[in-house]
Order: sequence, then C-alpha cells, then structure tokens
Amino acid sequence: MSLLELDGVKVHFPIKRGVLFDRTVGHVYAVDGVSLKVEAGQTYGLVGESGCGKTTLGRSVLRLVDITEGSVVLDGTDLAKLPGEELRRFRRRLQMVFQDPLGSLNPRQNIESILSEGMVAHGIGKNQEERREKIKSILDKVGLPSNALSRYPHEFSGGQRQRIGIARALVLEPDVIICDEPVSALDVSVQAQVINLLDELQEELGLTYVVIAHDLAVVRHISDTIGVMYLGSLVEEAPSDALYAEPKHPYTKALMSAVPVPDPEVEDKRERILLTGDLPSPANPPSGCRFHTRCPWAQAQRCSTERPELRDVGGGHRVACHFAEEIAAGTVKRTAGEVVSATREGVEDAPVSEELAAAKVPEQAGPPEQESTKAEAVGTAAKVEKADKAVEAAEQAEKLVKAEKPDEPAEQDVEPAEQDVEPADKAT
Amino acid sequence: MSLLTVDELTITFGGRGRKESRAVDGVSFEVDQGQVVGLVGESGCGKSVTSLALMGLLPHKGVTIGGRADFDGANLFTMSPSARRDLRGSEMAMIFQDPLSSLNPVVPLGVQVTEILERHRAMKGEAARKEAAHLLDRVGIPDPTRRLKEYPHQLSGGMRQRALIAMAVACAPRMLIADEPTTALDVTIQAQILELLKELVDQEGTALLMITHDLGVVAGLCDQVNVLYAGKVVESAGRRELFGHPTHPYAHGLLGSIPRLDAPRGEPLNPIRGSINDRIAWADGCAFAPRCDRYEMGCLTGTPQLSEPRAAGHQVRCVNPVLDDAKAEEVPA
Amino acid sequence: MSVATKTDKIQRLAELAATKETSTGASLWREAFRRLKRSKMAIIGAIIIGLFIVLAIVGPYIAPYSPTAQTWRDEVFANRGEFVGMRGENWFGLDHLGRDMFSRFLVGARQTLLVGVVATLIGLTIGFLIGGLAGAFATLGGETGRRIDSVIMRFIDIMLAMPSLLLAVSIAAVMGQSLTTVMIAVGVVQIPIFARLLRGSMLAQGSADYVLAAQSLGVRKRRIVLSQIVPNSLSPVIVQATLSLATAIIEAAALSYLGLGNPDPAIPEWGVMLTQAQRFFDNAPMMAVYPAVGIIITALGFTLLGEAMREALDPKLRG
Repeated sequence: MSLLELDGVKVHFPIKRGVLFDRTVGHVYAVDGVSLKVEAGQTYGLVGESGCGKTTLGRSVLRLVDITEGSVVLDGTDLAKLPGEELRRFRRRLQMVFQDPLGSLNPRQNIESILSEGMVAHGIGKNQEERREKIKSILDKVGLPSNALSRYPHEFSGGQRQRIGIARALVLEPDVIICDEPVSALDVSVQAQVINLLDELQEELGLTYVVIAHDLAVVRHISDTIGVMYLGSLVEEAPSDALYAEPKHPYTKALMSAVPVPDPEVEDKRERILLTGDLPSPANPPSGCRFHTRCPWAQAQRCSTERPELRDVGGGHRVACHFAEEIAAGTVKRTAGEVVSATREGVEDAPVSEELAAAKVPEQAGPPEQESTKAEAVGTAAKVEKADKAVEAAEQAEKLVKAEKPDEPAEQDVEPAEQDVEPADKAT
Repeated sequence: MSLLTVDELTITFGGRGRKESRAVDGVSFEVDQGQVVGLVGESGCGKSVTSLALMGLLPHKGVTIGGRADFDGANLFTMSPSARRDLRGSEMAMIFQDPLSSLNPVVPLGVQVTEILERHRAMKGEAARKEAAHLLDRVGIPDPTRRLKEYPHQLSGGMRQRALIAMAVACAPRMLIADEPTTALDVTIQAQILELLKELVDQEGTALLMITHDLGVVAGLCDQVNVLYAGKVVESAGRRELFGHPTHPYAHGLLGSIPRLDAPRGEPLNPIRGSINDRIAWADGCAFAPRCDRYEMGCLTGTPQLSEPRAAGHQVRCVNPVLDDAKAEEVPA
Repeated sequence: MSVATKTDKIQRLAELAATKETSTGASLWREAFRRLKRSKMAIIGAIIIGLFIVLAIVGPYIAPYSPTAQTWRDEVFANRGEFVGMRGENWFGLDHLGRDMFSRFLVGARQTLLVGVVATLIGLTIGFLIGGLAGAFATLGGETGRRIDSVIMRFIDIMLAMPSLLLAVSIAAVMGQSLTTVMIAVGVVQIPIFARLLRGSMLAQGSADYVLAAQSLGVRKRRIVLSQIVPNSLSPVIVQATLSLATAIIEAAALSYLGLGNPDPAIPEWGVMLTQAQRFFDNAPMMAVYPAVGIIITALGFTLLGEAMREALDPKLRG
C-alpha cells in the first residue's frame, strides 16, 4: 500500500452572496476529483499553471481547506474524516513548506520560538533544553548556524528563510512533507541550494515529498513521479522521465514546449505549441474535457461532451485524454493552435499573423464538424485572473466569497473562443 | 551609431544624511535598431533601476544619476523634461512586469489607448478609436472593439500584458524597454508574449531592451546579453557565445545551477553558495568574490576591469575567468 | 596554490566582508523603537507629552494660589466684569470670579490628562476584547465562528452608526453629570473604533502564510490567536490609542463645554475652563485662549507621537 493515497478528492468553494443572509450561488471547482498515490521515500511532483488547483490540493492534503468529497489516506488513516483534536495531533505527520519564506514565518517570533512551536504543540521534548538541542541539530542539517536561534526572520536572506521553513517542518519528523512552490520566490542562484538541500535531506532521512510547482524543470529535477494538473484535475501522470520523453496529453505537450531552456542551441531548434485563449474560470469549467476549449487536437462532439477519465496507457503512465493514442500515432489531425519555431529567424516561416487573422474574422466559419464545439466553447470559456506568483483558485474563491459583489467573473468576462477553433486544414 | 548608447551609467540612492547605496555602478551597453539586448541578473543587481533611469521614471529626490545615455545622439539625462516626455511614449516605450498595476483600473482600456494616440499622434475621435482597435488586434487580442470598452480587471493576465504592449507600440516607438514582461505570467502565456515581442522586433525593426532574471527567456530572444551582478556588468556577449562559453564564474555558476527540463535527471545541481547579500564593495575587489570558488588574491585588490573583447563582443569582468569550459564541447562547430 | 596565500586570501576576504555589520536578534518591536528614537516628530511629541504629564503631576503643588479660592473676587466685581490680564502676581490674569487663572491652568492639567487616559483606556480595553473576540472567531472559528463574528460586528456597526457626540450626550443624560460620565461617554465612543481596527488587522493577519503554517504544525487555535495573530495585529491599535488620547481630550472638552462635565465648576479642567470663558469671550478672550492653547498643544503632542509611531511600526519602512 502507498504511504499517501488521495481518492476522488474534491474541494469546492461556495460562492456566497446576499445582503443579510449569504446564499450560495455557485461553486468554484478548485479541485475536482483527484486520485493519486505517493510512495514512501519518493517525490511526487504536481505541476500546473496558476488557477489549476495545485495549491488547493496541497492544502487539502493537510486539511487546511475543507475537503468537499473524497478521501486522503495517510498510512491507513483517512484525514478527511478525522475530528478536530485528532486531526491536530495527526498533522505532525504531514508538514508543509511554503512558497513565501518570509510570509510563512511569524515576524515577531525568533527562530527558536518558531521552531519549537510545533514541538510544544505535540509534546516533543521534555523541556526547553531538550528542544533546543534538537533544534540545533536540525539547524545544522539544513545548513544554518546555531547562533540563528535568537535571531528574527527579517535578519535572514531569502534562501536562509526557506531553510528555516524546512527546519520547522523537519523538527516534527513528519512522514510526508508538502512543498508548495519551495523555490519560486528565491533568486535563481539560491534556488539550486534549496533544491539540493531537499534532495540531500530525502536521502539522509528517507523523507517523502509532494512538490507543488509551476516550474516544470524544477519539478522534473526532483520528482520521481509527476502529475500534471489543469483546471482542478489531473490530466496526466507518469514517471518523471517517461513524462518528459513522451508527454501524451495535449496540455502537457504544450506546457513542455513552452518552457524556455537556457541554451540557444536548443531554443533555436525547438518548436513551441502556442495555446490560444486563456484558462477558463474554475467557477464555470467547460463541459466534457476541461481542456477542449484550448486543445490543439480537440475533436468534435466527444471532447466537449464526455469528460475523459485518467486511464492507464502502460508503464504507469496515466492520461486523461480520449485521443492520447491517436495523437501519438498521428492519426488525429490538429484542429487549432499553432506551432512556431522558437527562434526569431524562424518566425518569418510561421507567421503569427495567422492566428491574428483567425481572430480578426470570427464569423469565418470552420468546417461543419467544428460548429458544435464552437458553440459549446463560446458558452463555457471564461477566464480567470492571473497574478504573479501563481495565484491559486483557492485564493480566488476566497476573494469571490468575501467580495460579496454582485458580479461573478464567469459572467462578466466571457471570452470568445473562436480563436480556439481554427479551420482544421490550417494546422501545421 | 547605435540607437541607444549607455555609457558608464551610475545610479546612487540616498545621500544628504542618509546612507548612500549604489544600485548601478558604471554600466555601459548599446542597443541597435532591430536588436534585442538583454540585461540579466538577480534581484538587486540594478537591472530594473537601469530601465527606470532610461525612461526617466526615477524620483528626482534622493537619486543621483551619473554617466550618459544617448538616444539617437541626444543625451537623455541632460534633455529638458518636456523633450523627455515627448520622447517617452513616442520614441521610447516601456512594458512593465505587473500589467494590472500598470493600467489605470478605473478607466476603460479604449480610453487609455486613445489617450496615447491623441497625445503623441494627434489623432482624434473615430480615427483614434479605429487605430486603437487596430493596435489591439495587432497584438493578438480577439474582438478588439469590444475589449476597448472593458476595464483592465476584466482582462486576463495575458490579455493585459498584450494590451500594455499595444499601448507601448501605439506610436511605433523605435525603442522598447521590457522589464520582466513575462514574470507574472504562466509559461504557456509567456510563450505567446515572447512570440509577440519577437515579431515586433523582426517586422518593425524595434530595438528591444529585455530585462529579466530568466536565462531561458534570454537564450531564445536576446542577440546580445549583459549579465549584471551588484550593479556592474560582469559579462557581456552574444547569446550563443554566452551560453556556449560562460566565462565569468557567476554566469558560469548560474548556468550550472538551474535545473533544465532537457537535462538528464539524478545529478545534483551545482549551486552558487551564499546569497546576493554576501558581497564586498566593488571598490575593494570583485563583489562576487565571497561566493566564488575561483577567487584569488588579485580579486580582492581593486575593481576588476572589463576585459578586451575575447571573441566577437565577448567581454568579461574577472581576474580568473573560466576559460577551459566543459560546455564548449556541446557547441557544434 | 601555496597554503600561505590561501589563508591570506581568506583573511583578506573576511576583512573586506567584515565591514558589513550583521544584526543579531533585534525583534521588530526593538527595531521600531530604534526608528522611533530617530524621528524628530516622535521626539517633539514625546517632549510635549512629557511636559504635560509633569504638569499634571506637580501642577497642584506648584500652583501659587488655590485654584478655587475667589481671592480677587472684589477686584473683578469692582471692574464690572472687566478682565484682569497678565500681571506680576497673576501670570495669566484672573477669571470672572476673581480666581488665579495660572493656578487653575496648572491644576486643570491633571483632570484633563485623567479624562484622556481613562477614557482611552475604557475604549481600548473593551474595544480590544470585543474586536479580539470577533477577530478570533472570524479567522479560526470556521463557519460558526464567522456567524458569531457577524453578529458581534453588526452590534459594533450600530454603535458606530450613532453620532459620537449624540451617544456621549445620551450616556451623560442617563448617568447624570459628572467627570466619570464624561470619561465613560468618551470611552464608549472609542469602543467600536478599536474593535473594528483590531478585528480588521487580525483578519488581515489571519490569512497570512505563517498562520497557515502554525495550523499545519498542529498548534492549538487559542495559541495561534494569542501568540501569532494578536501580536502582529497590535501596531495599528497602538497608534490609534495614541491618537485617541488627543481626540479624547478634545471630546471631553467638548462635553464639558456642553455642560455635561463635572458639575462642580470650581474644580478646574481645561474643557470646563473653556466653557466658562465662553460667556466672557467678547471682553475677555484671553480667558479662553489659555485652556484652548493647552488642549491644542497637548493634542498635537499625542498626534505627533502617534504619527511617528505609525511610521516606525510600518513594516514597509523597515530597513
């Protein structure tokens, strides 16, 4: 049995509105049915763009957000059903490292106080002396001097703060550590230090990680298994190397092709799949396959009506696409999007204006079989706000809930999806 | 002559009682028509301050700017404020990192775009509106006429950045300064925006000064790259030359420390130790020395100078540069 | 490379790097205090307040005459109400009943300070409890907690909706005329301000990452509120308390002016003195000027200190 098992986890945030009494007028489907398994001593990477629900999923594992449906089983115990006090005690076994190293440390506590907080809560260590010894040994492990104890978070650099955050998780000797964008707030030259530290600690202490990040390169570097999320659900899951060697889901393909590589030789040869349009709102997700409004391979009928399940396609590679095999075999034609060479010189060969032209003339009819998709897409596609540092659907949901404003983003900014469905013959 | 020539630019904050800090310390570079020049570095290296100084957007109080920046032969720093204003927006334009805070939230997009056209291109009424729609269309915003009536919060992040680019290119500027234009965006949207910028440079011959911390973005976009560290250019080279033969230990270390999507897994990264705070003053030696594995006594006695160009336009500010580079093998002849 | 040069270069590097001082263990409070000490505004404010407090303490002892004795009554009456201005024996002149204004001013400082401090303390304590409770329920109480919070806050809204002076007048009307009434009335008006401020600040802190971190550590909710959220929410409340002292003094003066203050007009208080001076403003304006200037300068002192504290405590200005 796996150490951590998620089964059909759903996290829906109600959108409430009302003058005196709050009425639920809809839901933000932040996480919508995710099942995955994390093996002991391994690293599971969750990757996806802002608004895909990866942070919410990470938090739901610790039940920092309420789980609407499904189960989170750690070592035989279902967290989703644990009552308050038991849950509090159980949290020792699941710890979290946060994205913003400064924001996640209480600015008014010194390091010793921050690190002993969890130990006190769980009765680890008989007295302050014993706890201090333990803290010192952990500080040493994460590469901080022991004179850090009496200092405050603002006196450290970003990388050191993240080490403190890791130390805080480690003192409780957890089974699983959830790292939510552990390096994205750090300077490039410091990111590698923290990535290596996580690697070393895993080797030394046999830790199990769930790493949540938007940076595919980082996730690929540290993960054994990678799950790709789009709009609240997993679209693909595979061993790290298999996913890189042969991405099967159209979204994964596009995502990978979009990641720039710091090597001009590679950049010049690489082809990018440019997705059109924006991420639909998680409050009003498209019907059928969530990705069909932007999918370059979207097919008529089935993609917009039937939601694909995550299915095994061999070798532990799971993908949620009706046409994964056909796309791989090349028997399914691309219907939208475009492929550009990444070099500037290459642009002239594949002008972007094609996309512009299509957008300019929305009444330009596609092939007949595209019509239904188009109508579907117009109704459902909407967009979601994106801010820096990967604002997640959870935050957006909170905003919606708190704002009590009469306008719902799904209504106010319906994005025409015409550009998503271009004539089939134009592809390639 | 280059369109923009920055010569020994020095920017100092503070003074008059407060502690002085030098954000930019003698930076020189040139940008030609149709060329993309990158300023690369981590937070605090002075890259954003440089762009703000060029645009004349730094506060007057508490900032001292030294050196010169010649745009089309005229020094930006000695120009009259009104001449500067005319230049800004028409000849030089800037794209910022955060598209939401760079747009006025209470004014519809259309008004913001036509405003620029009215000011710099003396267009009015219907003509301005038509041109505005054309501009949005040009940067790939679908249904531009409807979009013009919308407010910034109704647009997605990618759309906002496109709108910002539309406003920047409204007067067909000869020079575009982009300060981390894709940092706030997702990779798939980033790919779209980078494509758009490339197209502008190639089709319009716009000069682009690209400011970023992302070496991946630089690798695909910039013709000439300047790597900044603690306010000084430590290495300057063409992109192939820089990524093929990174010579300054900082640039070299940086490239070795970032995980690459296409690299084989399992090998630990080679991080640069310490943080940007561990540095010494340039006056005493090389600011990077405390983090450098190759530092010598010579690194600690006075400011290292930028070397004579090694290969085509490849300069490096280092006493003990990395010359026998393992990466060199990977570069095809 | 020889060993000697290696040590040399390490030493040289250490030498050069040593110029950068590293702070060790300065908490935010201590840093804020250090910034406060450097602020001119804070120093001026503190000096004014210091003088005022000294005055309040020693005033009654150094007053040259009794503040209530109508020593020069006959002289004033003989002048047919003509104001007797500054002179050698009475520095601030006499009031309409022939009392020494200077003595009354000195003694009045204590009452004024008392009103300001007690009123603010009343507002602060009750407002802090209510706001803290609401904030705790709203941040960590879940669905039920949020409901309790809304009930508390609607109640606070009702209090806030009433014009403060009207509220004070009604309280005074119920409780009768006394100095205690003034203090309570002024204090009650401050309650919703403090409550809202603390709750708002706690809500903002409640969604901070470090609170989430504490939750994931398994720290008990009560401890999260008391040791994490509340200490980080205090800054605006402290600033408001300082600023409130200024408004409390002015409002107390206003209530006294309306005749709701101490029923014994003989006991001097700056607000009361101002009220009494009103009748004689045409021919004896100086009688109003002394207490008014006293109130203004004191209020200014508290305001200056409050503003300086706001700046010192602002985390954005750290550095």
